[in-house]
Amino acid sequence: MKKVFLLLLMGIYSAGLFAQGYEIGDIATDFRLLNVDGNYVSMSDYEDAKGIILIFSCNHCPYVVAYEDRMIELHNTYAPKGFPLVAVNPNDSIAEPRDSYTKMIERAEEKNFPFDYLLDADQLIYPEYGATRTPHVYLLEKEGEQFRVAYIGAIDDNYRDAGAVEEHFLANAIDALLAGERPDPEFTRAIGCTIKVQE
Amino acid sequence: MRLYTAIFLFAVFFLLNDSDASGLTVLPDGKDIEVMDFDTFAPRLEMDNDSVYVINFWATWCAPCVRELPAFEELNETYGGQKVKVILVSLDNPDLIDDRVIPFVERMDLQSELILLDDPNSNRWIPLVSEEWSGAIPATVIYSSSHRSFHEREFEFEELEELVSPLIQ
Repeated sequence: MKKVFLLLLMGIYSAGLFAQGYEIGDIATDFRLLNVDGNYVSMSDYEDAKGIILIFSCNHCPYVVAYEDRMIELHNTYAPKGFPLVAVNPNDSIAEPRDSYTKMIERAEEKNFPFDYLLDADQLIYPEYGATRTPHVYLLEKEGEQFRVAYIGAIDDNYRDAGAVEEHFLANAIDALLAGERPDPEFTRAIGCTIKVQE
Repeated sequence: MRLYTAIFLFAVFFLLNDSDASGLTVLPDGKDIEVMDFDTFAPRLEMDNDSVYVINFWATWCAPCVRELPAFEELNETYGGQKVKVILVSLDNPDLIDDRVIPFVERMDLQSELILLDDPNSNRWIPLVSEEWSGAIPATVIYSSSHRSFHEREFEFEELEELVSPLIQ
């Protein structure tokens, strides 16, 4: 019994608390999270997808808000090509009430999100991925039944002005995968809002 | 007389609104917020003198940043006379400097040096601040001639003091 408990504990640690998160090439763990439409969604539900644009996102962060329209556009462009966008809110709703499940539903309706918007209610998924901020992009490539991390980072190089973007990091990375090539760069950074946890 | 009043008001208007991309926004009490791109800001990360530099990246919309600002202000007030330089670098949208940043700075009565970093391509400059930085804020660089550390976290005053006071020459 003790051994089982210890193993369980180790499992929890390696799954979350002490993990440094994914690197390019790692297999991303599937999840089962509540969508704004009331259904639970897993990556495995996307049977026909070639991959998934997983973006840790939320309602309140100005950097996310600046990117919402671009996220909608990315989904509309790339879902038909096999790369749907899935947004996951990792924030605790007590630490940040504007990111509650109810507020997520409101925001999804306001913006008419064409993509799934899921809640990481137990806050177990984001640490496993190694997400530290919103927005934080993980581009996943499907390999059989598994999803492999192909690109981590930013959507593009200008949060303020979509018209002034010089490098479309994420779109370029998806285009590379569609062409059978590796994304370059495969890792970028951007300013974002810290993920909110209860103290 | 009326003309003088008009000129005076005009001048005040200009002072309060002088906030284009690479300018200086002067607050009524004489403090200022310097707006600059990363290359202009970069030398502040590499000052070669006997001061301890505490450079905090924040934004008015970032709740944990706002929560910890008083700790940096207290550090500035307590150790400012002992060659500790606190620089608060706002990552707010420069378009909101008049409507949001300045009113915030005045409300909080911030006394530390203020900079607004106007450089949207953060993928380029985040690793130049620190390779350890994922991009989340608050984030703080502490350095002196003998030490450099980076912290992607929120601080209490006592924690800052513990890091900074041993570095004071």
